[in-house]
Amino acid sequence: MRRALNSFIEDIPSSGIRKFFDIVAEMNDPEVISLGVGEPDFDTPWHVREEGIYSLTKGKTFYSPNAGLRSLRDEIHGFMERHYGLSYDPVHEILVTVGGSEAIDLAFRAMLDPGDEVLIPEPSYVSYKPCAVLAGAVPRTIELQEKDEYKLRPEQLEAAITERTKILLLCYPNNPTGAVMEKEDLEPIAELVKKHDLYVVSDEIYAELNYTGRTHVSIATLPGMRERTVVINGFSKSFAMTGWRLGYAAAPRLIMDQMLKIHQYAIMCAPTTAQYAAVEALKNGDQDIELMRNEYDGRRKYLLKRFWDMGIDCFEAQGAFYVFPDISHFGMSSDEFATRLLHEQKLAVVPGTAFGECGEGHLRISYAYSLRDLSRALDRIEAFVKGL
Amino acid sequence: MRDRILDIIEKNGRLSAADIAAMIGADEEAVAREIERLEDEHVICGYRAIINWNKTDEEKADAFIEVKVSPQRGVGFDQIAERIWQYPEVSSIQLISGSFDFAVFIQGRSMREVAMFVSEKLSTIDGVLSTSTQFVLKNYKDHGIVIESPKKDERLELS
Repeated sequence: MRRALNSFIEDIPSSGIRKFFDIVAEMNDPEVISLGVGEPDFDTPWHVREEGIYSLTKGKTFYSPNAGLRSLRDEIHGFMERHYGLSYDPVHEILVTVGGSEAIDLAFRAMLDPGDEVLIPEPSYVSYKPCAVLAGAVPRTIELQEKDEYKLRPEQLEAAITERTKILLLCYPNNPTGAVMEKEDLEPIAELVKKHDLYVVSDEIYAELNYTGRTHVSIATLPGMRERTVVINGFSKSFAMTGWRLGYAAAPRLIMDQMLKIHQYAIMCAPTTAQYAAVEALKNGDQDIELMRNEYDGRRKYLLKRFWDMGIDCFEAQGAFYVFPDISHFGMSSDEFATRLLHEQKLAVVPGTAFGECGEGHLRISYAYSLRDLSRALDRIEAFVKGL
Repeated sequence: MRDRILDIIEKNGRLSAADIAAMIGADEEAVAREIERLEDEHVICGYRAIINWNKTDEEKADAFIEVKVSPQRGVGFDQIAERIWQYPEVSSIQLISGSFDFAVFIQGRSMREVAMFVSEKLSTIDGVLSTSTQFVLKNYKDHGIVIESPKKDERLELS
């Protein structure tokens, strides 16, 4: 029989998060608690769910336009202007996607030729590299440093650029480190991007979960960057809508026309019910965001203090809902630490290496959990560390 | 700091000063002092647990009573309210705008006990014109807390 599989796909490793939690699932031990989840613990705000239900009772169960409901694109336009000072034409420059994940895939596939290079700062979320490979491109990683607060430094970027470099991927606020890049951090990066004629795919899915007290800055707002940036955002994290599968991309028409083509043939359109709910979220949901952000911020501060009190060095995450403590001084790899923590204290966390080799020596701790769960989990880490 | 403490403690009265301090990034002793001050000033009036008595062997009967009264010169509604709140059976009483005056919540050990309380004590108070008693059949949500068993965490470790 002929070989059934595409070798590119075969060579893509499965996600490190999945790998670890397959072990957890196999243990099937009710005592195990997990801080591994990467989605909000809040329910979607009721007024948003209700709008989804209402659209169903009215029988709004048909395809939407390929790019998404016009009313939703209008609201996205308004939201981006109000929150980030970005302005995109809802007719030609905004595309509603099946989560931010689809938008990343579309951007890469629309822009990359075989052999083009994509720069991916790590530690990073697990999908960028495989998406680059699927687009026929070559992912190149840049190892970010804790001493730089996991921000991309211009020297690092400059050193990584080659003749084949086409796209710089940015994800701030960051999963898994919780790092944030401010305007002054982005400016020199933008200069290099323009100097070397690169494009930026900016995954800003955590933009609303920023605890610096300052509003999120999109690199697309910097001079000359709008025409070379694809901004990706969505509803999963900011409105606790992960299961609705709804995200969006905003980009200049030249790029968007091609992204829309892929979307139209591969996906057709994002789920209609979710789109109606999302209109309500954008119209009347600013308060929900604030409520959740305040809650996350309390948990973040609580976790940081617990780690610091334990004598564990932990980078002061400023965004998303993760902290990324440094456990290297215990003389174990992060995989070993996480595995022993699981077996000895029945606590599951994600080893930093799931987010790239340079995540070694770290753990990703999600605080999308109630304070009660967090406090119990941290007691277990404390007991584990004391026993070492 | 006051507002942040009140926001947090209103939702969870059991958090320690240390936990609250960590959550708002403040000094533990300062938070403890502020809570004490809030208690002294009776801004924080007390702490209670929300209990689903249906899950225990204890019998309870809750009733909501609409009370119409004739307010008295000089003291308005306050004096009658005080006459009512003195009874330990009364768990809450509020002056209401609309077709009646007081919303009174009663908790007793049985419906009979509540009925006796209303007919013998509440309705005989000077100035009380009428009462209308509604028994609570099922408690779904109390002080912002959903009473039925909480949902299981069904989230997966994917992202």
